[in-house]
Amino acid sequence: MADETTTAAAPEAVESPESANEEPQKPIDPDFEPEIIVFGCHYCAYAAADLAGSMRLQYPTNIRMIKLPCTGKLEIIHLLKALEAGADGVYAAGCLEGECHYLKGNLWARKRVEYTKKLLEEMGMEPERVEMFNMSSADGPLFAQRANEFTERIKRLGPSPVKQAKKAPAAKEGTPA
Amino acid sequence: MITAERKPFEEILELLEGKEKVLVAGCETCVAVCLTGGEKEAEILAAELSIKAKEDGRTLDVDHISAIRQCEWEYLDAIAEKVEQYPVVISMACGIGIQSMAERFPEKLVLPAVNTNMLGMPQEHAVWIERCGACGDCVLGVTGGICPIVRCSKSLLNGPCGGSHDGLCEVTGPNKEEIPCAWQLIHDKLIAQGRQDLLMKVTPPKDWSKSNSGGPRTMVKEEAKPV
Repeated sequence: MADETTTAAAPEAVESPESANEEPQKPIDPDFEPEIIVFGCHYCAYAAADLAGSMRLQYPTNIRMIKLPCTGKLEIIHLLKALEAGADGVYAAGCLEGECHYLKGNLWARKRVEYTKKLLEEMGMEPERVEMFNMSSADGPLFAQRANEFTERIKRLGPSPVKQAKKAPAAKEGTPA
Repeated sequence: MITAERKPFEEILELLEGKEKVLVAGCETCVAVCLTGGEKEAEILAAELSIKAKEDGRTLDVDHISAIRQCEWEYLDAIAEKVEQYPVVISMACGIGIQSMAERFPEKLVLPAVNTNMLGMPQEHAVWIERCGACGDCVLGVTGGICPIVRCSKSLLNGPCGGSHDGLCEVTGPNKEEIPCAWQLIHDKLIAQGRQDLLMKVTPPKDWSKSNSGGPRTMVKEEAKPV
């Protein structure tokens, strides 16, 4: 039976059931610092990131943010190119659903992220490496929370297989010298 | 337009097994409009192949290009310089484009990345429905502009059959979708037009030799041939 506390906590802890499933699989490498690309909407996430800064909230330095005029500008290829270049995770941060400055840009972005997850599955990569989050420009704390959650998620998943493959030849080059 | 669907990624990987230098070739005409094989989709497939190769620790030199129309020599010439650099081309064009590519570049291994499925129209955004069977002997003039060849499950020329119920065909589509009875539509349309007399005429068997059952077809327009 779900008591009151669990029901109240449920919307906040969207990620917790997954984290419970993931954790036993592989140990987290304490030295692994993921590289995460964030495609942030100018009207919400970017402003929320600013607010998080003004509020002096701590969030991981792993995220690199690219500003978009709207997450509707986000294309599937942008997510794939980020992963191909070696990003460990990519997420889009758009306005709350129903509050897009361009009406439906964030809904399009969500569809594209969901489709990209399918492509990743086909490629044998964890679909959790891409995600779509929604927030308003007043959501400084939520911006920091999402950045923390996603970084934790990627730390659990470990380095991107693309990046590992990239590093391997580099190490070989380094050794003979 | 000609519509096509991308082959499953696994099948594409099988086709490309052991290949180290691959060009993904899109086409900017029909397959681009049906969101399957245009430049965008070619770039996505190239990125997928590149990521998969990196994951597997294979070396793969993959790039993409797109022709305005892969089914015409002139447009193939326009991308020839790029194609020449790759021994393997995986084409996202329709079957016509893929064959044109294979014929224009005989020394290349040309592979299909899509399944060409029909001559369809966009019913709404992102939904296409079959509208023409390219039978070579159009009957739309006597059927109220509704094609019984592709829209009737039995391609009947004199319908409807006993399988028409409440305007629906007894057969459902490949995705279990309901199919409107084409002959019910034809009846309704002809009656609305006051042309119901056409329904009493018996249409004799069609000359299917004009369709693809008569072997590959060739069309020549003498008046347009260069002098």
